[in-house]
Amino acid sequence: MSYTFQFGVLAQYQDEILSGIWLTIKLSVLSIILGSAAGVALASIRSVRGGAARFLVDAYVEIIRNTPFLVQLFIVYFGLPGLGLRVGADTAALIGMTINLAAYSTEIIRAGIEAVHKSQIEAGEALGFTRFQIYRHVIIVPAIAKVYPALCSQFVLMMLASSICSAISTHELAASAAFVESQTYRSFEVYIVVTLIYLALALALRAGLALVGMWLFGRRVARRAMTALPEVQA
Amino acid sequence: MTLRTFGFNEFGFLLQALQWTIVLTVIALIGGGLLGFAVALARTSHVKAVRFAAGTYIQVIQGIPVLMILFLSYYGLSLAGLELPPLVAAGASMTIYASGYLAEIWRGCIQAVPKQQWEASESLAMTRLQQYRYVILPQAIRISLPPTVGFAVQVVKNTSITSIIGFVELARAGQLINNATFQPFRVFIAVAVLYFVVCYPLSQLSRWLERRLHAGSNR
Repeated sequence: MSYTFQFGVLAQYQDEILSGIWLTIKLSVLSIILGSAAGVALASIRSVRGGAARFLVDAYVEIIRNTPFLVQLFIVYFGLPGLGLRVGADTAALIGMTINLAAYSTEIIRAGIEAVHKSQIEAGEALGFTRFQIYRHVIIVPAIAKVYPALCSQFVLMMLASSICSAISTHELAASAAFVESQTYRSFEVYIVVTLIYLALALALRAGLALVGMWLFGRRVARRAMTALPEVQA
Repeated sequence: MTLRTFGFNEFGFLLQALQWTIVLTVIALIGGGLLGFAVALARTSHVKAVRFAAGTYIQVIQGIPVLMILFLSYYGLSLAGLELPPLVAAGASMTIYASGYLAEIWRGCIQAVPKQQWEASESLAMTRLQQYRYVILPQAIRISLPPTVGFAVQVVKNTSITSIIGFVELARAGQLINNATFQPFRVFIAVAVLYFVVCYPLSQLSRWLERRLHAGSNR
């Protein structure tokens, strides 16, 4: 094996890599905001209303969680135009990521809501809380605080999975890597560097989410969010 | 000359490709299971340096995209002068990916065995190996079943990423058929249904095992 590593040639593609990083960050942040908002909404609908609404939410969650993200992207990007809905690659990526993350956060928040003890709700009633106050202060906020570390892990997994969007020509970090590789033929060097960038992004995202957690729920929750590794959803 | 439509033969092609998805999943679970088990043991070792190395390995694997593991092993193996078919690169990267996650799941299961079990077996003058073999692992394996089956679902889904380096499994087969038929909605829905048919029973099995485990420990 007589291969000389040359990382120097990558320097001139700095702008290309930076624009890829920027799109990865934008897609991740937007999908985290939209996906978790949808997750809170769907988990709430599911817990408040029974019957058809609950069935539909559960079906959505199960369908998304049991099919690959790549295939979901294909359906959004290649399949929707057939139904008259044409979307660009960046929009398709955002839609796909949001749909995917919404299902996982619904499932995680559902578990948090179910873990709220019935006596807590009774205590809220005894204090004369309205139903909305009980929902807000006793159920949803403590539920999210409890599952916040699991949510953070899922957010990090989503950021990493955004690399798959390069398969539908979204020009994020993994696509930038492929572009630089095609220009320089320095495959291994490019992918080593980009892998390290992803690792740094994952650590930065985790730290950022811990700060948000501290602001929302206090120090104890934030510390758990920082150290928790991605949990595998059954 | 008309375009091919998505019919019986095309569906048969998808079914054939599904076999490769399953082969790849089995390779990943066996290879990743062996490697992951070693890392999980290292993670619970008495030696601090070994624990640290295993922890770093897990953190790195869980902090990078599966796609990057795939590219690095694809190009890395060819740098080493090995001209390998995509199945080997795909199998190797899925093995590395699975090992990082299984190691962490199983570390949790080993540490979930109560400390008294360690102390009791130590007081019976068991060696470390005997402790693992007769006391700790039989209990840890029971705890590990639900999350391991749950993780198998993730592996099935993530094998779809190997289509990006040209390995013809289910997702890639879907793309090929789409290129021939131009019926993307129908083709990819069929692909999604096939994945669902494999993954959903596994998810349910994982849930059932989880419930059974808790029913046993509560009563």
